[in-house]
Amino acid sequence: MIDKRVASMAEAMAGIRDGSVVLLGGFGDVGQPDALIKGLIAQGASNLTVVANNAGRGRAGLARLMELGRVRRIVCSFPRSRGSVVFEELYSAGRIELEIVPQGTLAERIRAAGAGIAAFFTPTAAGTRLAENKEQRSFNGRRYVLEHALPGDVALIEAWRADRFGNLTYRESARNFNPVMAMAARLTIVQAQHLVELGTLEPEAIVTPGIFVSRVLHVPYAQAKE
Amino acid sequence: MPDTRTTPAGLSRSAIARRIAEDIPEGWYVNLGIGIPTLIADHVPPEREVIFHSENGVLGIGPAPAPDAVDPWLINAGKEPVTLRPGGAFVHHADSFAIIRGRHLDLCVLGAFEVAENGDLANWTTGRNDAAAAVGGAMDLAVGAKRLWVAMEHTTKEGAPRLVSRCSFPLTALASVLRVYTNLAVIDVTPEGFLLLETAPGVSFEAVQQRTATRLRRPTA
Repeated sequence: MIDKRVASMAEAMAGIRDGSVVLLGGFGDVGQPDALIKGLIAQGASNLTVVANNAGRGRAGLARLMELGRVRRIVCSFPRSRGSVVFEELYSAGRIELEIVPQGTLAERIRAAGAGIAAFFTPTAAGTRLAENKEQRSFNGRRYVLEHALPGDVALIEAWRADRFGNLTYRESARNFNPVMAMAARLTIVQAQHLVELGTLEPEAIVTPGIFVSRVLHVPYAQAKE
Repeated sequence: MPDTRTTPAGLSRSAIARRIAEDIPEGWYVNLGIGIPTLIADHVPPEREVIFHSENGVLGIGPAPAPDAVDPWLINAGKEPVTLRPGGAFVHHADSFAIIRGRHLDLCVLGAFEVAENGDLANWTTGRNDAAAAVGGAMDLAVGAKRLWVAMEHTTKEGAPRLVSRCSFPLTALASVLRVYTNLAVIDVTPEGFLLLETAPGVSFEAVQQRTATRLRRPTA
């Protein structure tokens, strides 16, 4: 019987190694796998590269992981937002590396990794500071920048409903980066608000099919936001 | 003759947004940036069907909810709570930016620090050496939409022109702005430079020219 459900956070986090590239779903707090980030903090892996849209807020979650010195490098589009205090401290102290990526390029680099595409040309950032030291080429009279796929060792995902195959649906704008990141990592770990019986998810409504998913942990909402 | 020495106030931020809303026809798919552009949606009458897109994967954004009706899973790109209109849809981030980068949006309206007469846009960072500046989706939106309009104050608070011959701040995108709406005027970017289409009530051509760092043309000139 195929069963990707795991019973404990320890089981969900098993095998995440030092030096991993971790893809973190979410846009701000929405769709962010808070429970799994907490689990990763407890699990102990360090020297991590984190790929996420934002660089954490306050002192909990991703900010806490960074504050503990476990993140060597962060790849994101919007590091500075209200409350990104830990990032600011680490960055100004030279204790974290930063790669700024335009948001669409970030999503597409992750998608490319999940789709087996090594690199692609996009007009985004052509001729700007973010294209310095990158190959630029003209197609049909327009300038494009070469961008490389961005695969993860691990993806941490928040879903709304999941079944034991790892089929997933998402809630409203909490979908954001989650389905794209789920495709792009060797180990995709999901926290789901609801676990449902196999066969009850409408096949046409499944956004992430279980082929992209490694493990599913049931984390009801109240518990997830603790 | 109007006095060109004192700073004319021109339109309020809300009035700039209302002026832009007049030019958005039914059926367009539109992305609105943060600042004055966000206000535009409030001035599009509900019976005119315009579909607002947000880069976090929402098509069909409606007005802000009442404080007691906030849905924590439904936010816009500014991370504020929003509502979804009938016919709305959710997509993931790669599809959302395929909408943007694949030239599917009819219009994007962004704020700016500076716009150059060749259409160059500077709106993401004022510091050349600030390596941690947040770009978000600005560069994708600036190159991706079928039309890029800018909504901004004509000058800085100190009175320095924002419409310039060449941008002094780091660029967001090259040669991409088509039209600029400010508190003083509506100006097109053309191969021959800035073309003044209209001025705000009580504002003269000379007053606009004086607050613009490069030459403005008039349609009849």
